[in-house]
Amino acid sequence: MQIKSLEELIKLKQKSLGQVALRLHRDNTATEKNILVCGGTGCLANDSDKIITLLNNLLKSRGMAEQVKVIRTGCFGFCEQGPIVKIEPDNVFYVRVGLKDVKSIVDEHMIKGKVVEKLLYEDPQQKEKVHTQEEMTFYKKQLRIALRNCGLINPEDIYEYIALDGYQALAKALTQMSRDEVIETIKKSGLRGRGGGGFPTGLKWEITKKQEDPEKFIICNADEGDPGAFMDRSILEGDPHSVIEAMAIGAYAIGAAKGIIYIRAEYPLAISRLNTAMQQAREMGLLGKEIFGTNFDFDIRLKYGAGAFVCGEETALINSCEGKRGEPNYKPPYPAEEGYWGHPTCVNNVETFANIPAIMSKGAEWFAAIGSESSKGTKVFALAGKINNVGLVEVPMGTTFREIIFDIGEGIPHGKRFKAVQTGGPSGGVITEEALDTPIDYDHLLEIGSMMGSGGMIVMDEDDNMVNIAKFYLEFTMDEACGRCVPGRIGTKRLFEMLQKITSGKATVADLDALKQLAYMVKDSSLCGLCQSAPNPVISTMKHFWHEYLAFVQDIDHPQGEGKYVPKNKIGLKS
Amino acid sequence: MSKISGNHHEDRKNIHILINDQELTVPEGITVLEAAHEAGVKIPTLCHLDLHDFQLYNKTASCRVCMVELVDAKNNRNKLVPSCVTKAEEGMVVRTDTIRAITARRMAVELLLSNHPNECFTCPKNLECELQALAEELNIREIRWEGERMDYPKDMSSDAIVKDANKCIFCRRCETACNEVQTCGILSGIGRGFNTFVGPFANIPMVESSCTYCGQCVQVCPTAALTEVYHTDKVWEAINDPDKYVIVQTAPAIRVTLGELFGMEPGTIVTGKMVSALKRMKFDAVFDTNFGADLTIMEEASELIYRLKNNKTLPILTNCCPAWVKFIEHQFPELINVPSTCKSPHIMLGTIVKTYYAEKNGLDPDNIVVVSVMPCIAKKAEAKRPELTKDAHNNVDIVITTRELGAMIREAGIEFDRLPDSDFDSPLGETTGASVIFGTAGGVIEAALRTASEWMTGEPLERIEFEELRGMDGVRRATVKIGDQELKIGIASGLGNARHILEDIRDGRADYHAIEIMACPGGCIAGGGQPYHHGNDEIVKKRREAIFEEDRRKKVRKSHENKEILELYKNYLGEPFGQRAHELLHTHFEERERI
Repeated sequence: MQIKSLEELIKLKQKSLGQVALRLHRDNTATEKNILVCGGTGCLANDSDKIITLLNNLLKSRGMAEQVKVIRTGCFGFCEQGPIVKIEPDNVFYVRVGLKDVKSIVDEHMIKGKVVEKLLYEDPQQKEKVHTQEEMTFYKKQLRIALRNCGLINPEDIYEYIALDGYQALAKALTQMSRDEVIETIKKSGLRGRGGGGFPTGLKWEITKKQEDPEKFIICNADEGDPGAFMDRSILEGDPHSVIEAMAIGAYAIGAAKGIIYIRAEYPLAISRLNTAMQQAREMGLLGKEIFGTNFDFDIRLKYGAGAFVCGEETALINSCEGKRGEPNYKPPYPAEEGYWGHPTCVNNVETFANIPAIMSKGAEWFAAIGSESSKGTKVFALAGKINNVGLVEVPMGTTFREIIFDIGEGIPHGKRFKAVQTGGPSGGVITEEALDTPIDYDHLLEIGSMMGSGGMIVMDEDDNMVNIAKFYLEFTMDEACGRCVPGRIGTKRLFEMLQKITSGKATVADLDALKQLAYMVKDSSLCGLCQSAPNPVISTMKHFWHEYLAFVQDIDHPQGEGKYVPKNKIGLKS
Repeated sequence: MSKISGNHHEDRKNIHILINDQELTVPEGITVLEAAHEAGVKIPTLCHLDLHDFQLYNKTASCRVCMVELVDAKNNRNKLVPSCVTKAEEGMVVRTDTIRAITARRMAVELLLSNHPNECFTCPKNLECELQALAEELNIREIRWEGERMDYPKDMSSDAIVKDANKCIFCRRCETACNEVQTCGILSGIGRGFNTFVGPFANIPMVESSCTYCGQCVQVCPTAALTEVYHTDKVWEAINDPDKYVIVQTAPAIRVTLGELFGMEPGTIVTGKMVSALKRMKFDAVFDTNFGADLTIMEEASELIYRLKNNKTLPILTNCCPAWVKFIEHQFPELINVPSTCKSPHIMLGTIVKTYYAEKNGLDPDNIVVVSVMPCIAKKAEAKRPELTKDAHNNVDIVITTRELGAMIREAGIEFDRLPDSDFDSPLGETTGASVIFGTAGGVIEAALRTASEWMTGEPLERIEFEELRGMDGVRRATVKIGDQELKIGIASGLGNARHILEDIRDGRADYHAIEIMACPGGCIAGGGQPYHHGNDEIVKKRREAIFEEDRRKKVRKSHENKEILELYKNYLGEPFGQRAHELLHTHFEERERI
């Protein structure tokens, strides 16, 4: 069936609404139930697909297959507690569900209507069982825009997306708005790139639109590579249509007819769901020729990345799309001016795109009212490391580290003391206890020597040695550097070797000086963002944990930990 | 306040920038590096290469040796930028002399050295190495970052090029030359991170690749990551073997470049000194490849006339250049019947030496060693081609480059600049102006036309120099009137330009009668085996002028007027393009894979 107008789409929405109604209206009188089972990669790895099969079999044998529908959703975010099973409309949230628990869910909950207490989440502070998602501290401070449909709908069913107003933003943009109006809306919303740089999305679209080339491209950067970050994967797995719809909106705005999703080949589930979603969209005429009866044509192809971190850099990504070596180019020219095969190309990140339909539907003002002065909306963080609640969290910009780590994340396990948190993945820096009350947004993070990055947040406790942490990240960037520029190719290697020398107790204070000098040189001189930011973990740990470096040093003139050392040479240092 | 206006910038808007407190007015679009240069501020470079005449622009901005500080006083956020690719903008404030910029530049070189074999003493690029020069220029006295170094085996698989990845600094000049100028696509970045270097796809041995051995990569490599295979020791051995009769021949383009290796001005003609040096080195006879070139013209002009008269395959393509021959074999195997079947000049001369000359002088061809001094690396591989070596009486034994000859002259303790002039030996030493111009792009076809024209019209040429065939442009098309016939001539130098012409021929878009192709942009004067031009294309222009000057000095300027050549045909070969000539002077090509 082809949808040719907004009216047809709204009709279809009404028709499909019943399918998701149970999950929206909390109607306790309904006789039907939905069992939502997380189908994200984390939960799948813990047998959530087998749970689904078992549930279906059991329901069938109990004669309940008609009333109870099992739905495989995207990621709920609370990965620490997976596999997650949610019962609607009862609004009961089960955690750490195993295959052995399926029987009690069906027999106790479904048949007898009794909540299975042992599967409920227990608040570690209050030591009480919590029934609903909304009551859980993990979710209380969250605001889900990019993840709005994750854990709510079946990502492989376009009707569920449409039931939740899906593709209406595209329909409105195409049939009721000019290209400039779309760009104006995004500009007004204050949305900034979620891939890390924080470049204003509307401005990027505007620059791309302005170029005179008749052929333009829009690319979705799904080459998520920060260790520990998986928000893009979760969005693509849990709500692929939101990205497809947003790409179409962006393509309309900039004047592109072709889109590419550059996705890591290591994300097979996201790839499969994207393929399913694109196929469904094509069948409904939401991708292809004359979308919504207008003269706008647009389609998307997938390009698989081979897992090179540097291909997340937009010029490297474009080189890779062209079949060339995945390495960055010198900018300018920026891709918006000269990108894919020399044509103006707009590259946006998955999470950025996921925000677009919501902004278009609810308005720029709604979005701009969320967040901080300079950073609007929300940001998804992947919370990991020494923290009680590992998972994906989406919070308004301006939320503090303390709120994320101690409220949502419920603090450090085993009563240990918080030491630092690394943001921005290997490109960021460490943030210490003094900075815990910093509101998280693009500019504040830069001020305190880190960066937003794609939103990885790795928490360290008192047991972590910060020199080792710096070494860990350096090893990653050293391996992932493309090798094109000298500081990136050799500088990161020498930084890593120097850190090895330090941690093996063979270094002198002069080595620390040399390390610092080299770190600033690599930051100053590298060709692209990857290696310009690669020394950040070294620089920030040296700044905040200098005594830990000194503790490794052997010089007898400089007793361990006293930190009286003055660098002999200040060339190039401006910390 | 100084004003800068390069020729090709004149029609552009001017902007104002400040470099080290100097106010400058520069044309819009110019880079900071260019602006600084014009203002007398030297910024060191390494990966940067701008060979306008070859259309070779390496803009990888990868070495980070030309970093300068951009002042942003307003935001107090100065930053370093690579001056080679950063365009000057109105109001830009640049400092090249801050401690931050100087340190960054020095450390970039320091880092390179920390991953470079410390073997300058024995390195083939000793004193020719740009990295070495830079270390001196930047006052590097210690390398503080010792650590792992790249450790790859040398690729010595081919007869022409040695690839030593451990010396690769990943400037990508070779890659640009190979892919963008020559369009061969052999070299590209391999590996990632610390282990990155340039090599053929999947790092297969060079000999298995479709490399033409044109040597343009060697010519632009700043270090010794790419060099020629050295054969000087073999030459010394032969000279010192009492049983061997060692004959040396020198290509047309050697006489205008060899002097550069001894501190002479580019474009100095050193034919006489070169011959003297070779004689002092105790070669048994010193011949001129130009003789082979004249012979080639006799054959090629005959072949052209034969093809014209008999409606055979046209255009005829010259094939003096072995890199070009290998290019067509790999890249256009379907066109393999288009080139002339002539052997290249030095192979022809080698053949004549081991047959005619040997017979005439009662020498056993088995004891003759023919050494060719060539401006070329591909000639080394050519001399090893099976069809050219199957008959031992018929070949060239050793090929050395101009650079290798220079090294040997130095080894022999010969003070080159103080040498008197000598003449080539007879009977294979007399040559014409026509053969001299083989050394530059367009020369072979001009030489062929000087002869073909007189043969076709039966009348002497009024105008010997075909100006319409001369120029540094990569592709040149001209129509030459010979009698009442108009011949359409194409000239391409550089394999990328050759590709355009070949595509036109393949797709039936071209109606040329004759085409000359040289693999190296500019021809043999810029060959892979010539003294390194170090990115200065003015040197190549001067060599070119010298070639034409040498032609003008010659009394005889047409190949068919070379008396020794005529004698050779009369006494030994018979008719040009005849049966004997075919047996000895012609060859064939084979279709090859493209890898």
